[in-house]
Amino acid sequence: MMDTFAALAHGMAVAIQPMNLLYALIGVFLGTAVGVLPGIGPALTVALLLPVTYKLDPGGSLIMFAGIYYGGMYGGSTTAILINTPGESASMATALEGNKMAKAGRGGPALATSAIGSFVAGTIATIGLAFLAPWLVDFAVRFGPEDYFALMCVAFVTVSATFGDSPIRGLTSLFIGLTLGLVGIDKLTGQARLAFGVPELLDGVEVTTLAVGLFAVGEALYVASRRHHTEEKLEPVRGSLWMTKEDWKRSWKPWLRGTMFGFPIGALPAGGAEIPTFLSYSTEKRLTKYPDEFGKGAIEGVAGPEAANNASAAGTLVPLLTLGLPTSATAAMMLAGFQQYGLNPGPLLFAERPDLVWGLIASLFIANVMLLVLNLPLVGLWVRLLAIPQPWLYAGILVFATMGTIAAKPSVVELSMLSGFGVLGFLMRRFDFPIAPVVVGLILGPIAESQLRRALAISLGDPMTLLQSPISATLLGVALIALLAPFVLKGLGRFKANED
Amino acid sequence: MTSGDPAQPPRRVDRAGIVIAALLAGLAAVLVFDARGLSSTTMYGMGPEAMPIVVASGLALLAIGNFIDALRGNLPERESTDPVPVFLILVGLGLLIAIIGFGGGFILATSALFVTTSAAFGRRAILVDSIIALVMSILIYLAFDRLLTLSLPTGPLERLL
Repeated sequence: MMDTFAALAHGMAVAIQPMNLLYALIGVFLGTAVGVLPGIGPALTVALLLPVTYKLDPGGSLIMFAGIYYGGMYGGSTTAILINTPGESASMATALEGNKMAKAGRGGPALATSAIGSFVAGTIATIGLAFLAPWLVDFAVRFGPEDYFALMCVAFVTVSATFGDSPIRGLTSLFIGLTLGLVGIDKLTGQARLAFGVPELLDGVEVTTLAVGLFAVGEALYVASRRHHTEEKLEPVRGSLWMTKEDWKRSWKPWLRGTMFGFPIGALPAGGAEIPTFLSYSTEKRLTKYPDEFGKGAIEGVAGPEAANNASAAGTLVPLLTLGLPTSATAAMMLAGFQQYGLNPGPLLFAERPDLVWGLIASLFIANVMLLVLNLPLVGLWVRLLAIPQPWLYAGILVFATMGTIAAKPSVVELSMLSGFGVLGFLMRRFDFPIAPVVVGLILGPIAESQLRRALAISLGDPMTLLQSPISATLLGVALIALLAPFVLKGLGRFKANED
Repeated sequence: MTSGDPAQPPRRVDRAGIVIAALLAGLAAVLVFDARGLSSTTMYGMGPEAMPIVVASGLALLAIGNFIDALRGNLPERESTDPVPVFLILVGLGLLIAIIGFGGGFILATSALFVTTSAAFGRRAILVDSIIALVMSILIYLAFDRLLTLSLPTGPLERLL
């Protein structure tokens, strides 16, 4: 307990250095500015801004990342409220009531309750992260390679199959990611896999190329293809920005309840802020004293899910920092940020670079405060960004998206891959395949493979080692249940439907 | 739950779904083909060819799963799409790649992408958009080149700056 305080104090000392404060400020500002653009969620915000941090030192860049992460989240909810285009499924609940509030001329209080709720939830969840992380690290130190492999199996299944609409489509996405993860030189034997003699492929598929292609180029193609369907309408922020006493009274409990949903679920290797936000939404709907306002713009329906969303974002940092396990697309991008400096999150990083880890955690607090101070006064600026005409907006997004690749690797092969992933992202959106499992598969696939091979090398090739370790056996059991559960439940549902 | 159930509306076989299943099966075949060329040099445990085989098996199973879904017409409904804008953006990306590949430089390449994308989203003011694109890409180029000292591909325009 005291260790955590000491470590956090040390992290604060790192984060509060003027240069690092400046990085956090730039991160928060850029994160919000990009995140507020319609159709751009936090994951894409982080992916697009990765190249900007290339030249910084790891500490400064991770601190900027913390700001980009939270800024992107905040920007996403602004878009959800003002034009009803949630950049990602986690903001869908916010858009439900928030956009109705904006239409009723209460956009100001909706933005305020989401900003203050995000601050409250983010702060509580970051405290949770600070206390849970060392405890988990102590536990994770005992993990052998077979346990890590089993843990990744849990993450694979939960991210792709358990919580999506269709386990088959989720798993298909995951396996596309796993296939992409195989491309390149095998680290243990030096043999090239799936490179087809193309030298650029020997290094493997860049995570940023994949993410930017799938998210940015794919999104632009998809929006362009169905432009004739929807006319987006920007709701002006009318009236007071500030919450009334009544608003405060109705908001504070949903904030806390949302945090209680968001943090624990985010911290599980289950993936997604979707579940806690919708849990929070339905809970608030049930508990509210104003049930008739729900569906017409109830402030509880913004306050709760927004808090849940932010708390789960901090929650996903728990498995990311302590185990190196990304459970959301955004967390996967954060991991790519670490890997850009050859850093691997996990128990070792806590031991070897405590300044870096705790500096990052402390920066999360600072980024939260900055967002609260910056965003409400600057809401006018963000709204103006939202008003950029669609043709220029998407043209700009594509220029920005390709620019990162051009700056990092200006080769025809890399740019063709970016375009190819864009087409893949477009087709996946069109046929309703989830995108995040592809990114998670690309990042975690090679790690899972090397852990498994290490485990088997230690056991002299005996696969029973996976079941002999109690941790690994339990985790594999969990993965199996999580894999079969949706099929069994679906079967039961069908059985019931037949009975009627 | 048979397709002959009179209570169920007749479901149509989803052709796109069949194509997806075929593509997945094809990908699995490529993986197996590629893995056959790898030599297993490890004494114990798995060699480099094991994982591609595992992934290929998964893909093959998923191809079957997607095939069944397509036969049953279980795919979610799709809205109509307009292929023209998609094609325009792809032309823009192609131009970008070609200009960079042939040494035309960052500014021209990026401007081409900007103008075609903007046109894909319904704008018809190509001259105005070209000027905007040129100004923007020159500013980005200068910012990257001078401030971040990241080198972007240079062409005739960049050498003038």
